[in-house]
Amino acid sequence: MQITVTVNGVQRTADVEPRLLLVHLIREVFGLTGTHIGCDTTSCGACTVLLDGVPVKSCTIFGVQADGRSITTVEGLGDGQLHPIQEGFKEEHGLQCGFCTPGMMLTALALLERNPNPSEEEVRWALSGNICRCTGYQNIVKAVQWAGRKLAEVRAGQGGR
Amino acid sequence: MAVEAPEVQGVGHRVKRKEDDRFIRGKGTYVDDVKLPGMLHMAILRSPLAHARIKKIDTSRAEALPGVVAVVTGELLAQHNLAWMPTLSGDTQAVLATDKVRFQGQEVAAVVAEDPYVARDALELIEVEYEPLPPVTDPFKAMEPGAPVIRDDKEGQTDNHIFHWETGDREAVERAFAEADRVVELSTHYPRSHPSPLETCGIVADVNPATGKATLWMTSQAPHAHRTVFALVAGLPEHKIRIISPDIGGGFGNKVPVYPGYVVATAASLLLGRPVKWIEDRTENLISTGYARDFHMTGRLAVKDGKMTALHVKVVGDHGAFYADAQPTKFRVGLFHIVTGSYDIPAAFVEADGYYTNKAPGGVAYRCSFRVTEASYLIERLVQTAAYELGVDPAEFRLRNFVRPEQFPYRSATGWVYDSGDYPRAMNLALEKLGYEELRKEQARRRQEGGKLLGIGLASFTEVVGAGHSKEFDILGIKMFDSAELRVHPTGKAVLKLGVQTQGQGHETTFAQIVAEELGIPPEDVEVQHGDTDHTPYGLGTYASRSTPTGGAATAVVARKLRDKARRIAAHLLEVAPEDVAFERGRFFVRGAPDRAKTIQEVAFAAYTNPPDGEEPGLEGVHYYDPPNMTFPFGTYAVVVEVDPETGEWKPLRVVAVDDCGVRINPMIVEGQIMGGLTEGFGIAAMELITFDEQGNCIGSNFMDYLLPTSWETPRFELHETVTPSPHHPLGAKGVGESATVGSPAAYVNAVIDALWHLGVRTIDMPLTSARVWEAIQRARAGAS
Repeated sequence: MQITVTVNGVQRTADVEPRLLLVHLIREVFGLTGTHIGCDTTSCGACTVLLDGVPVKSCTIFGVQADGRSITTVEGLGDGQLHPIQEGFKEEHGLQCGFCTPGMMLTALALLERNPNPSEEEVRWALSGNICRCTGYQNIVKAVQWAGRKLAEVRAGQGGR
Repeated sequence: MAVEAPEVQGVGHRVKRKEDDRFIRGKGTYVDDVKLPGMLHMAILRSPLAHARIKKIDTSRAEALPGVVAVVTGELLAQHNLAWMPTLSGDTQAVLATDKVRFQGQEVAAVVAEDPYVARDALELIEVEYEPLPPVTDPFKAMEPGAPVIRDDKEGQTDNHIFHWETGDREAVERAFAEADRVVELSTHYPRSHPSPLETCGIVADVNPATGKATLWMTSQAPHAHRTVFALVAGLPEHKIRIISPDIGGGFGNKVPVYPGYVVATAASLLLGRPVKWIEDRTENLISTGYARDFHMTGRLAVKDGKMTALHVKVVGDHGAFYADAQPTKFRVGLFHIVTGSYDIPAAFVEADGYYTNKAPGGVAYRCSFRVTEASYLIERLVQTAAYELGVDPAEFRLRNFVRPEQFPYRSATGWVYDSGDYPRAMNLALEKLGYEELRKEQARRRQEGGKLLGIGLASFTEVVGAGHSKEFDILGIKMFDSAELRVHPTGKAVLKLGVQTQGQGHETTFAQIVAEELGIPPEDVEVQHGDTDHTPYGLGTYASRSTPTGGAATAVVARKLRDKARRIAAHLLEVAPEDVAFERGRFFVRGAPDRAKTIQEVAFAAYTNPPDGEEPGLEGVHYYDPPNMTFPFGTYAVVVEVDPETGEWKPLRVVAVDDCGVRINPMIVEGQIMGGLTEGFGIAAMELITFDEQGNCIGSNFMDYLLPTSWETPRFELHETVTPSPHHPLGAKGVGESATVGSPAAYVNAVIDALWHLGVRTIDMPLTSARVWEAIQRARAGAS
C-alpha cells in the first residue's frame, strides 16, 4: 500500500505491506532508529511516538494507520538545539542506558503540552505507561518538571518581546 | 605570583554525563540499529512443550517459502560440532535441540530470510513431531526417586541432581546449636525472576567470506570473555573474531551468558557468507534467557544470651534444564556464603544442592554479585524473625550482633575477609532520618485504633563485589582482573580504553573523572571507549559491581604511571630533578617555586616533540589490575509500609536508604544507581515473578504477566550516605550498582511482616502480591482462633 506520512515535519511516502508495524515503518523504512522496541505488547512504551501530537505505542499500530497523519519521533525534538525536555533529562540525570528515554521524553512532552506545571503525582501518572529499568523514575520526574519550568521561561521570554 | 589552576572535575564531582548527548537525541547505536548491506534476518522456532522427545523435524515447507534463505536445525549444527555448547558453569547446553526439548521456549530450529516478517512466517511452516514426556517443574519433585531424568544426554546421569556444595565448619555449628538457648528457623523461596533489561538480546553476525573475520555486534556485558568463548566453542581463531558491544539497553546480568541465538546466527553467517541479524522479542527474552534466583532456603540461627552464635543454611537450587549459572568457576552457588551478612556470627555452615528441572536455564545474577542477593535476603529476614522471637527490637538486635568497626578487616565464618565497614553508623543514620522511635509509636497507635497497619522494615546488608582477586576468581579459567589503556595525545586530549563494558552505568563519564583526578585532564577531554574487542584491552566485563573495583582501579593505576613519566618530562622542561617537581590539578611545578610550572597539556606535547634523552617518546600505557581482595559495600535500607489487613494491599510510604560504597567518584551517578536498584528491589518484593504450571508452561512470558514497577507504584526514595573507604582500592571506592537490589527486597518484606507480626503472620514468600498477603492474614487468623 502507498502511504504518505509527515515525519518530523517532512512529508514522506512509502509502499508498505498492510501488516507492517508503525515502529518498523519508522525504524526500517524511514531509518529513524531513535524509536526503540522493548516489549511488543504496548506495555513498556519504548516505542512511543507522537501521532498527531498524541503519544502512541508504535509497536501495536500498523504503519498504514499513520497514512495522511503526522508523526513526531525523538529525532524531531529540538530545532537545531536541544529541546528543554532533552536538556531536562540530562540536567536531572533522568537516563542511564538511554533505551526508554526517547519514549519517555515524548510522553512527557505531551503531558507538558496539556499541563505545563505538573505535580510529581501528575508526572508519575502520565508516565506510568513507560517503563524504565535503570533510573527508578525519581530523576525522570525531576527532569520533566525541569523541562516544564524551562518551557515556561521560554514562553515568558517570547511573550515579553 | 602562583596561578591557581582551574578546578578539574575529578573524583567527587557531579559531572553531567557525556553519553547523554547521543541518547537524548535518539542517536545511540544499539544492536538492532546496526544495518549492513545484504543483511539477512533470523527467527527462532521454540518448543511449545517443556519436556518431549523430538521424533521428526520437517523443514521443507519453510524452505520453499519465497524469501527464505536457509533453515538451520540441530542436525545441521551437529555436522559442524555446534549442536551443543559449554555453559559458564561447566555444563553443556543444546544450541538447537536434537534429541529432546527440555523447557518451554527451548531453541529447536532457526529460519534465515531476506525479511524479518518472512522469517517469522516460515517458523509456522516448520513441522516438528514431539513425543511428550512428563515435565518436572519443582526441584523437590525432581529429587524424588523415579523422577523423569531430564538430562539423559549426559553419560552417567541417572537422576536430576547437579551438585552438592558446602562450606564452613559443620561441627562448630553443631556445637553452637547444642549450647544455644534459642534456635530460630526460617524457610523461604526466593522466587524466579528475570532481569528484563528494556532492550532484549540480539546479534548482528557478519562473517566475511573473503577474510574469514567474524564481526559480531552483540548485546554483551562481557565482550572479551565472549570472544574467547566463541573461539573455544566454534573453533574460530580468536584474532579473527571481533565482538562489538555498542550501546547496551540495560543488562542487569541478562547479557552475561552466551545464548544459542548468538551461536546460530554466527554459524548461519559463516555458512551463508552474508550478515545475519537476530533480535529476540520480549517473550523469547523472558522464557529462554537468563533467569535469576529460584533458591529454596532454610536458615537456622543459634542464639545465646541475645547474640547469634551460629548459622546453618540449606539451599535447594532450581537451575532449569542446563546448569548455566554465570559465576566464578570455584563456586557452585556463587558467593552465597556471604550469608552471615553484617553480623559477627562465630560459626556458619552452608550446604547447597542443585537440581535440573524442565525450566529455562540461566542462573544469572540479576543486578547482584553472584547469589549475594539470596544470601542477604535470608540473613536479613532471619535476623528480624529472631528479634521478634526474642522480644527485642530488630534495630537493637542488629546493633548487638553487628561486626564492630574495630573488627575490620574482619574474617567471616565462611572465609571472607571484609575490607572495611561501620555498620552501626549506617543503621543509626537510617533510624535517625526515619524518625524510628516516633514511627514505632504511630505503629502502636494504629494497632489500637484499627484500620490500616504500619510496618517498619530494616535491612542492614553487606555485599561482596568486584571479582576479583585472581587467586580465587576465574571464569572458564580466565582470571578475573581488568584493564585500562590510556593514551594522551600531543595536544593533551586523551583516549581511555576499558576492558569493562557499560550498559548504562555511565562509564564514559565516571572513568574520565578518574583520569581527571589523577592527571588533571578535564573529563570532557577524555574519550572513554569500551565494547570493541579489537580496540580495547582484555577484560572480564561489567557485572557483579566490578567495574569501579577493577576497571576503575586499573584506570587510576595507569594514569599514575603516566603521571610519573609526565613528571620526568616536566622536570626536563623545567630543568630540575624529577623529585623536585610536584603535581597538583594538572600542573607540574617546582617545589618551593610554584610559578615555575608546566601544564599536563604542555608536558603531553613535549612527550611527542621534545622528550628527554633516554626517555621513550609518547605518553600512553596499559595496566592490568588484579585486586588484592573483593570490596564490601554496605548500608541500611529502612522501609515504612501501610498494609490494609482487610484486602492485603500494601504500599511503601517511605524508603530511606543509607549506602556506604566507599569514596563516590560521581555522586550523581551513584545516586542514580541506588534509585534504580531500589526500584528493581521493590519490583522483586512486590510483583516480579516467573512461574510455571504443572505442564511447564511459563507464566510470566510477557510484560502483561511479568509485572515491572512503573512510575506510579514506585516509591520516592530518601538517600543518605556514610563513607568508609576501601583500604585496598586505589581510590577507596567499592562499587555500588547492585547494593540496592541486593539489600532492599528484605527491607520491603520485613516491613510488611512487621505490620502483620502481631496477627500471627510469620513469613510470606515474594512477590508480596495483595493476594498472598491477604491469604497469610487469613491463615494467621484461622490459626489464632
